[in-house]
Amino acid sequence: MTDRFETHEHDVLIIGAGGAGLRAAIEAMAQGARVGVVCKSLLGKAHTVMAEGGIAAAMANVDTADDWRTHFRDTMRGGKFLNNWRMAQLHAQESPERVKELEHWGALFDRTQDGNILQRAFGGHTYKRLCHVGDRTGLEMIRTLQDRGVQMGFDVFMECTILRLLTVGGRIAGAFGYWRETGRFVVFKAKSVVMATGGIGKAWKVTSNSWEYTGDGEALAYEAGADLLDMEFVQFHPTGMIWPPGVAGILVTEAVRGEGGILTNKSGERFMQRYDSKRMELSTRDEVARAIYTEVKEGRGSEHGGAYLDISHKPADYVKKKLPSMYHQFKDLADVDITAGPMEVGPTCHYMMGGIRVDAETARSTLPGLYACGEAAAGLHGANRLGGNSLSDLLVFGRRAGLAAAEYAKGIAQPSVDTAQIEESERGMLAPFERAEGESPYAVHRDLQEAMQDLVGIFRVEEDLKKALVELQKLRARANRVKVEGSRMFNPGWHMARDLQHMLTVAQAVTISALARKESRGAHSRIDFPKNDDTWGKQNNLIRKERGEMVLRQESTRDLPDDLQQILAEEK
Amino acid sequence: MAEATLRIFRGDQGGGTMKDYRVPVAPGMVVLDALHHVQGHQAPDLGLRWNCKAGKCGSCSAEVNGRPRLTCKTRMDSLDLTQPVEVRPMKSFPVIKDLATDVSWNYQVNKKIPPFQPREGVEWKMQQHDVDRVQEFRKCIECFLCQNVCHVLRDHDKKAEFGGPRFFVRVAGLEMHPLDGADRIPLLKDALGIGYCNITKCCTEVCPEEIHITDNAIIPLKERVVDEYYDPVLKIVKKIFSAGR
Ligand SMILES: Cc1cc2nc3c(=O)[nH]c(=O)nc-3n(C[C@H](O)[C@H](O)[C@H](O)COP(=O)(O)OP(=O)(O)OC[C@H]3O[C@@H](n4cnc5c(N)ncnc54)[C@H](O)[C@@H]3O)c2cc1C
Ligand code: SF4
Ligand code: SF4
Ligand code: FES
Repeated sequence: MTDRFETHEHDVLIIGAGGAGLRAAIEAMAQGARVGVVCKSLLGKAHTVMAEGGIAAAMANVDTADDWRTHFRDTMRGGKFLNNWRMAQLHAQESPERVKELEHWGALFDRTQDGNILQRAFGGHTYKRLCHVGDRTGLEMIRTLQDRGVQMGFDVFMECTILRLLTVGGRIAGAFGYWRETGRFVVFKAKSVVMATGGIGKAWKVTSNSWEYTGDGEALAYEAGADLLDMEFVQFHPTGMIWPPGVAGILVTEAVRGEGGILTNKSGERFMQRYDSKRMELSTRDEVARAIYTEVKEGRGSEHGGAYLDISHKPADYVKKKLPSMYHQFKDLADVDITAGPMEVGPTCHYMMGGIRVDAETARSTLPGLYACGEAAAGLHGANRLGGNSLSDLLVFGRRAGLAAAEYAKGIAQPSVDTAQIEESERGMLAPFERAEGESPYAVHRDLQEAMQDLVGIFRVEEDLKKALVELQKLRARANRVKVEGSRMFNPGWHMARDLQHMLTVAQAVTISALARKESRGAHSRIDFPKNDDTWGKQNNLIRKERGEMVLRQESTRDLPDDLQQILAEEK
Repeated sequence: MAEATLRIFRGDQGGGTMKDYRVPVAPGMVVLDALHHVQGHQAPDLGLRWNCKAGKCGSCSAEVNGRPRLTCKTRMDSLDLTQPVEVRPMKSFPVIKDLATDVSWNYQVNKKIPPFQPREGVEWKMQQHDVDRVQEFRKCIECFLCQNVCHVLRDHDKKAEFGGPRFFVRVAGLEMHPLDGADRIPLLKDALGIGYCNITKCCTEVCPEEIHITDNAIIPLKERVVDEYYDPVLKIVKKIFSAGR
């Protein structure tokens, strides 16, 4: 029956062509695996392309005192010690090597006087640590990886969306998806799968994320039986654009603050003084986002309800050289010249710290044959991610995932796929065409975004979270009845009908995890439990599908070994 | 609230028509916002591409009132809203549906280009002034607007013989990389057909990244091709130089 469908066979199938997926593909190919890469957009357009400020690696090119220990400590502190410490250790140790590798593959970072890779300051990093190319670091990274992968000869399936993971006997057997262009279905048989699909921000109204960020990877892994971890930790970046309305949410890179940008409220007060006088603007994102939110809430916000961010005290040429895309973004979209006056900024939903639970060394999920890396995976960042630690995460754990997935594939025969799973998925996908009436998926999406923005935002409280769960249930019922117009050819409304289901799944996971965690930690702030709680500080929230239901349980974190404990205790 | 009319191409390879949609206009709104409004409220099946909404990914290219633009960076208030705003797909590529075109040819061209190859035994040190000009080329977001306007592709459809400005930019980025040792000059002359370019500069004019495609990439590359193929004396001098590098 699978003859009905176009079918491809690989050893390792990689879902996602951002930094994580591409780095995984390169490594799996280096191991001799036959590799396929699937992505929803064209190659080179994944979120990674938008990353601006830089990639964190303790190369000590600018501040020679830097080393992996300090990077490890900063990452753990930033994550409020909920991080998987082994991941934080590997990440800090391996990032410099991964960055050099990029340079050897042709990436051109900005330079120091003595010809090395230049590094800049960023929030929560003790030393100048972010390797960068002006404010378009992600573009440099994705092009380098993409060209490397193309040259090594991977099969790329662009504008192809995966709808579900295929399993046989509780192991991965491949994936099922459709071509966005034609709407035709396609079967991928694979011995192992690497999930590198990125985040979930499109479930919120004000977000820096693109249409792709609908939580597909998290939801597909969950549906197939894998565990999700710490889903309550959603990062709101303190500085998104807020005016004019059309651009609300678009990111203003932290590099503005890294280069010396100053935050003030409507009376010109440098308010970070009151929230974190030591680190000021370069405090961690959770702190700065809460600070801006509080200023606005208490009536000290800027004209359009945010804060002022000013870099105009630096020479205009310097600003244009170091922050060229910010300069253009504000000039073109907001009529603001950032070399002459302040920008207006406010929090925007940006990054998912939670996600698929993985093993630190191998990026293996709890489902045999499924690996995960990048934003789709959880653990490294704990309760709050430091800027720049994502791009390095992609490289370090992308490589590890590709390696382990290829190793795993070596040991097994090509699994057969379960036609019942495929048919079920096909029926579900086609159903919205068959309904005689129903609302547009976009209408349901708008209401989902409103609900998450209002009820599961920066500050949370039990009453709102409970209300959100009720809302989500209603929205699910509506999503199950949407109608799709037009044909199967390149039909975004149809695609949205499916993406909506993923968003609802992750939104529910975020909400029940947030409800359970009765404390405030990192990006998760409970008005009704404003303090850290030591017991919760040693517990992860796990989500799993059991008998069709979403089940939440807690698990204790593992204790740090003495040597790492020692590093954390050192004062810097 | 003010309103505007968007006149959008709706159709596919089999043909199509221009359809009008009324949209509210908010301050600072861009054409992509207007298209999203149409998609969200009137035509959920409107085919179009976007990702970043901030001029960073190069997905949202189209022709707005006949001019090739990133729709996410084209402000509605920069257009004459007393007339319908016409939005069409890029003309040089086959339409898939509505505003989405088949740009796969570009990815084929890219595959022909030999990757970065560090010279034997290089020291991994580079000065900023040596990388500045290459960084200009590496700003390319692959919007393919330059490919769309180049008459060699647009009017003469020389896709089989000509790589197009985007890929001259890419080759320039590799050739001028301070540590690269590969030779892409024969490729430029033959497979990429740089000779077809007659320096009209239309590509440079539309580049949203303001890359000086003609002056900084194409002309220097053309000079290299000339040196290599048509100037034996220069060629020998160059060999001696590169041996001593
Ligand atoms: C504006 C912005 C600026 C940022 N700046 C920085 C920075 O300076 N430093 C930093 O460290 N981090 C930064 N980040 C965060 C960082 O860029 C992202 O977290 C990171 O790029 C995610 O990479 P990824 O490989 O996990 O996913 P992505 O790059 O998002 O790739 C996901 C891939 O999965 C594919 N996909 C998704 N679902 C499916 C499906 N169902 N079927 C098939 N394919 C699918 C997508 O098409 C895409 O190819 C920034 C983020 C944003 C939005
Ligand atoms: S300058 Fe050359 S490449 Fe550019 S548009 Fe004109 S002919 Fe085409
Ligand atoms: S060179 Fe400029 S116009 Fe051409 S694809 Fe790149 S960014 Fe677009
Ligand atoms: S949407 Fe990315 S450039 Fe327009």
